[in-house]
Amino acid sequence: MKNLFRISLAVVLFSVLISTFTGCKGEGKNNSKSKVVLNVYNWGDYIEETVIESFKKEYGIKVNYETFTTNEDMYVKIKSGAGDYDVAIPSDYMIKRMISENLLKKINFDNIPNYKYIEDRFKNLAFDPNNEYSVPYMWGTVGILYNTTMVDEPVDSWNILWDKKYEKQIFMLDSQRDSLGVALKKLGYSMNTRNLNELEEAKKALLEQKPLVLAYVVDEVKDKMIAGEGALAVVWSGDAFYCISENPDLAYAIPKEGSNLWFDSMVIPVTSKNQKEAEMFINFMCESEVAYKNADYIGYATPHSEAKKMLDPEVVNNRAFYPLEEDLVNFEIFEYDAEAMKDYDRIWTEITSE
Amino acid sequence: MKDFLKRFYVFLIFAFLYAPIIVLIIFSFNDSKSRGNWSGFTLKWYRQLFHDQQIMNALYYTIIVAVVSSLVATVIGTAAAIGIHNMNKFKKAVIMNITYLPVMNPDIVTGISLMILFIFLRMELGFITLLLSHITFNIPYVILSVLPKLRQLNKHMYEAALDLGATPLYAYRKVILPQIMPGVITGLLLAFTLSLDDFIISFFTTGSGVANLSIVVYSMARRGISPKINALSTLMFVSVLLLLIIVNRRTSKDNNGKRRRHA
Repeated sequence: MKNLFRISLAVVLFSVLISTFTGCKGEGKNNSKSKVVLNVYNWGDYIEETVIESFKKEYGIKVNYETFTTNEDMYVKIKSGAGDYDVAIPSDYMIKRMISENLLKKINFDNIPNYKYIEDRFKNLAFDPNNEYSVPYMWGTVGILYNTTMVDEPVDSWNILWDKKYEKQIFMLDSQRDSLGVALKKLGYSMNTRNLNELEEAKKALLEQKPLVLAYVVDEVKDKMIAGEGALAVVWSGDAFYCISENPDLAYAIPKEGSNLWFDSMVIPVTSKNQKEAEMFINFMCESEVAYKNADYIGYATPHSEAKKMLDPEVVNNRAFYPLEEDLVNFEIFEYDAEAMKDYDRIWTEITSE
Repeated sequence: MKDFLKRFYVFLIFAFLYAPIIVLIIFSFNDSKSRGNWSGFTLKWYRQLFHDQQIMNALYYTIIVAVVSSLVATVIGTAAAIGIHNMNKFKKAVIMNITYLPVMNPDIVTGISLMILFIFLRMELGFITLLLSHITFNIPYVILSVLPKLRQLNKHMYEAALDLGATPLYAYRKVILPQIMPGVITGLLLAFTLSLDDFIISFFTTGSGVANLSIVVYSMARRGISPKINALSTLMFVSVLLLLIIVNRRTSKDNNGKRRRHA
């Protein structure tokens, strides 16, 4: 009898608890019905913050701004349906993966008149060939950041990273696609190759280079290069721009063999319940003034033709940061292939564990 | 010589503990964004910090969640510990194992399973789910810090109180609780700190618009962590330090008072 009483008490308490929470949830829903709240999911520190405020003012739509660290983190959250994000800004290969898994909505480009400002060469890219799902936000390359006080010769080839002169002065990226890509490009192969022989050759090249490498790094490379701890480093162009602004002895070069071209683009996940407002936001981000503010704050290259004109001409005319089409002949965008990723994983593990 | 070695050892330990914090504090005054070079003294990061809506929001949520979740977890955990203490051997063993399990579980497993549970229950991920998860992972720590105190307890004390006419509840409040208080406080502080710096579980169980500090800081990793975070950490460190000094002064004064009274 006593037990029965206890159990029923527990049940009553539990149901009270649940109803309280569902009650709260209902309230939240009502609020959002009367007033649309836009959930935006972006990389950390990847927007000029006043932009969000001015969107709020101009359109009267509140923005919930959230940030992620890696494409994979974002993917997990959207795939599991954990957040009803309206706009997200993933990178190229992740967009392709999300398209293939039906995680993205088709954008109605009639609602994005400012799309006309995006340079034509950044339309119909490999990860979104018919331009249905994404609007480019930032783009850049992978190249060599070098310290001009330590490197005298001109830097224009990946081969310099295999030069014994620079033993223990080289930083490589601790990122399998990027580091394998460097080796593949040096050997004249495609960064997206699925040919196992080519991958094995790249592995050999990286193992041969390993004694020369001071460290495999990610974000720390910026501070280390600024402090002059190394002569050469493989970096993303946006980071290179920041490093040079901190230490004028540094310079950035994109190798003639070609390299990786990357994009971060705005997309609308299927979780979005406010597609119209999401498109308004994307259109707003493509306004010249807004795109300029973002590009100026972040320091990455903008695909926006008008914003580019407003930026410091010294930056825009620097072909290392704003390469012309002819500079990008051998450049490739990463492709995503679940099968090939297994080979990449295995080879990279073999390199790092050796 | 022995003395010197002793001191040197202590110095080494404290150097390792505090050197990173000192570096962090120094660089919160650095004019450049980089940790690689020092380009002059500035307070601009402190100014920018208070204008950064995202960080301020995250700070607000971090503190609210830490305070509420540690308080709730302490109440539930203490009650649970008293219950477990009074169980028979077999039941106790079962319940204790269930309690240990979430502590041993990697955070990522806890985080993902909570996320799946919330989605299954069709709860909208956000503040409430974040709070519930923090309470959940805090409870075992409270139980584990209260139980030893209960074991040290003289069990006849409670019986004596009942003999003298106290109701069970009154006896718990006036006899048991004061004696296990150190354990309860330890549990509370432990829960508070765990909640304060949890990243993985929070990342998976929070939703639109609600983020705590660790999520915001971690998301900056790709672009480099802003010195605003150094400024914030400095302020938090200083306030905790002040708090500790005040608390210590108080307790030492109390002790002096007591000693005098005894004399």
